[in-house]
Amino acid sequence: MRLLRAEWTKFRSVPGWVRGSVVAALLILLFPIAGLGGGAPDQASPVPIGPHGGPVSSGYFFVHRPLSGDGRITVAVSALTSVRGDGAATPWAKAGLIVTAGPEPGARYAAIMVTGGHGVRMQHDYVHDRGGRPGAVSADAPRWLRLTRSGDTVTGEESPDGERWNEVATVRLPGLAATVQAGLFVACPQHVEGIGTAGDAATAAFGAPRLTGGWSAAGWAGDQVGAGTATFAGYPRGTTGSFAPAGDGFTVTGAGDLAPATRSELPVGAAAGDVLFGTFPALVVIVVVATLMITTEYRYGMIRSTLSAGNRRVRILAAKAAVVAGVTFTTCLVAAALAVPLWLRVVRGLGVYVFPVTSGAALRAEVGTAALLAVAAVFALAVGTILRRSATAVTTVVAAVVLPYLLALTPFLPPSMAVWLTRFTPAAAMAVQQTLVRYPQVDGLYTPAAGYYPLPPWAGLAVLGGYTALAFAVAAVLLCRRDA
Amino acid sequence: MSTALRSVRAEWTKLRTTPGPAWLLLVTAVVTVALGAAVSAAATCPHDGCGIDVARLILSGVYLGQAPVAVLAVLAVSGEYSTALIRTTLTAMPSRPAVLGAKALVLGVAVAAIGSLAVLGSLLVAGVLLPRHGFTPEHGYPGLSLADGPVLRASGGTVAYLVLVAILSLGAAAVVRDSGAAIGSVLGLLYLPPLVTQLVTDPDLHRRLEQLAPMSAGLAVQATTGLHQLPIGPWAGLGVLAAWSAGALLAGTALLRHRDT
Repeated sequence: MRLLRAEWTKFRSVPGWVRGSVVAALLILLFPIAGLGGGAPDQASPVPIGPHGGPVSSGYFFVHRPLSGDGRITVAVSALTSVRGDGAATPWAKAGLIVTAGPEPGARYAAIMVTGGHGVRMQHDYVHDRGGRPGAVSADAPRWLRLTRSGDTVTGEESPDGERWNEVATVRLPGLAATVQAGLFVACPQHVEGIGTAGDAATAAFGAPRLTGGWSAAGWAGDQVGAGTATFAGYPRGTTGSFAPAGDGFTVTGAGDLAPATRSELPVGAAAGDVLFGTFPALVVIVVVATLMITTEYRYGMIRSTLSAGNRRVRILAAKAAVVAGVTFTTCLVAAALAVPLWLRVVRGLGVYVFPVTSGAALRAEVGTAALLAVAAVFALAVGTILRRSATAVTTVVAAVVLPYLLALTPFLPPSMAVWLTRFTPAAAMAVQQTLVRYPQVDGLYTPAAGYYPLPPWAGLAVLGGYTALAFAVAAVLLCRRDA
Repeated sequence: MSTALRSVRAEWTKLRTTPGPAWLLLVTAVVTVALGAAVSAAATCPHDGCGIDVARLILSGVYLGQAPVAVLAVLAVSGEYSTALIRTTLTAMPSRPAVLGAKALVLGVAVAAIGSLAVLGSLLVAGVLLPRHGFTPEHGYPGLSLADGPVLRASGGTVAYLVLVAILSLGAAAVVRDSGAAIGSVLGLLYLPPLVTQLVTDPDLHRRLEQLAPMSAGLAVQATTGLHQLPIGPWAGLGVLAAWSAGALLAGTALLRHRDT
């Protein structure tokens, strides 16, 4: 206890260190203003919101008819190709049957489909996905699909021959109106290549649709759904959405997707982690303060008085760590807890779309940021003890924590390297600010630059914790062994 | 004239006879080549025209290599303050600009020498690694040669970049004096603007920041392809960094003149 008080007195009586802690907190709180310099980007097109409250891609080519009450539609799909698929289709190109509350983007739906690389799927309301029979379709191996609406429930089945049927899933669409739009659809998300995406469109060959139940007598109508929305990337040059009779069936070409939207589809959207950008400048300041806590003792020979005061050396180091971590955590937590709601409100006020964040995830980002800085401070203290020189110690810590993150964000470096850097270096701790969700049914650009980290939030922080524990152990051993 | 020469000799003796600088120069070369090798090993070019600027890839080790250079330059000034050697130095050599100028010259030559070694090492390592990962003549990468104009510019420019970072750090250390705070400022100035730029959504401001930030602008000199898409040209970018370095050195000299030690 006396030790803690001694270290606390040292800390609070050096004006530069106190100022440093305050500056770090202010940087977290005020730094996002740097990003607002140019105002909001132009974002005229609306972001479709799905029934779960999150942003969705809701663009597809829809060959439809009204269906009143219950009914069933059955169709065979014998081909699915896409422009950039090299004769096949991009993995999440989709063609199949859909029942939807309406053509407006973000409407409830249930669909059964064949995909380019993930077999038969039953999906509903954008975020739900269930796998069926694997394998691609071709003229030799067509796939029969069947969708049955009965009240609020929709059942999807598939068959290799049109006779033996396997149920893929039965889903509930609560509050589905009596009259819905139903029919064939084709969608094709952008093709992911390295660190970029390229527009794509898929074409599918359908057999003749067989209908039972309350179908309208009007003929099939073809429409592009969601053409003007922010998450619809449009068609590649030279293609458009279309449907044409082919034999007794249809050939349908479509682009877009029915899926949750990620940063790849909504690059201008802001995430809660974005407004904690002051973490980096704050980190540099805190690293300097924490390093100086031990290196100045060496520089002025104060370390001899500290050590000869009769305490075990490890406890002195622990007391310093407790003081610097405690101060950092407290000030930065206050700053982060104020910064997130404040800046998200400002950003929303500017008309920028903000990805929804649960209060739990926001709290984790705030507490995690404060914890990250506190752990980094202990790391810096330990490295300072090992190296005993401010300049080398500060550089080591900054190069270990900030530089890997910077390299992970550098666009011309290989993407595999970005994943490696944010998994194995201390920069992995930045994952604690991740609030975006990745979906297995979307091939997005899940890169650290877009706010997606390879490790879960606390695991990322644990990586930094591991390095810190190691450095602290080495520092403790050296402090005990070496002369001051 | 002989005064200036004497101060250069004094600085050279300091650099030569203390163990720190030699280690830092060695670390500079090792980490530059090592990071360049790691990046070259991770990069792949599976098909024709994968649009990768290999010179940038190979020379990316300088992202890390500039850190020990900055430490070296900061310690050349702050080290004198922490041991009060600065009083002896200024008593023997009262002209402040001459002292900083001599330090800049000696550091510049040492960094240029080790930087050239590091760049050559990176090129050699990449020459072995890259063809194994699809960077072959069939894919549009005929192999790097220093006889090639853009490659020579990227290589020479990288050495110049390291020298300018050393001078920037020297100036910053003369301004701030405390080594921890000085190195914090320098690394902050180098590493933070590229991170901030990521956050800026406005395209004009984004471009302007990339044109002004010392690291983003200075490393434009490494570009060998797609020059017209760069926010700033290779030499102009290096010029921006040179302006930062000159500014820091001038500020350091001015403060050194008007301050007591």
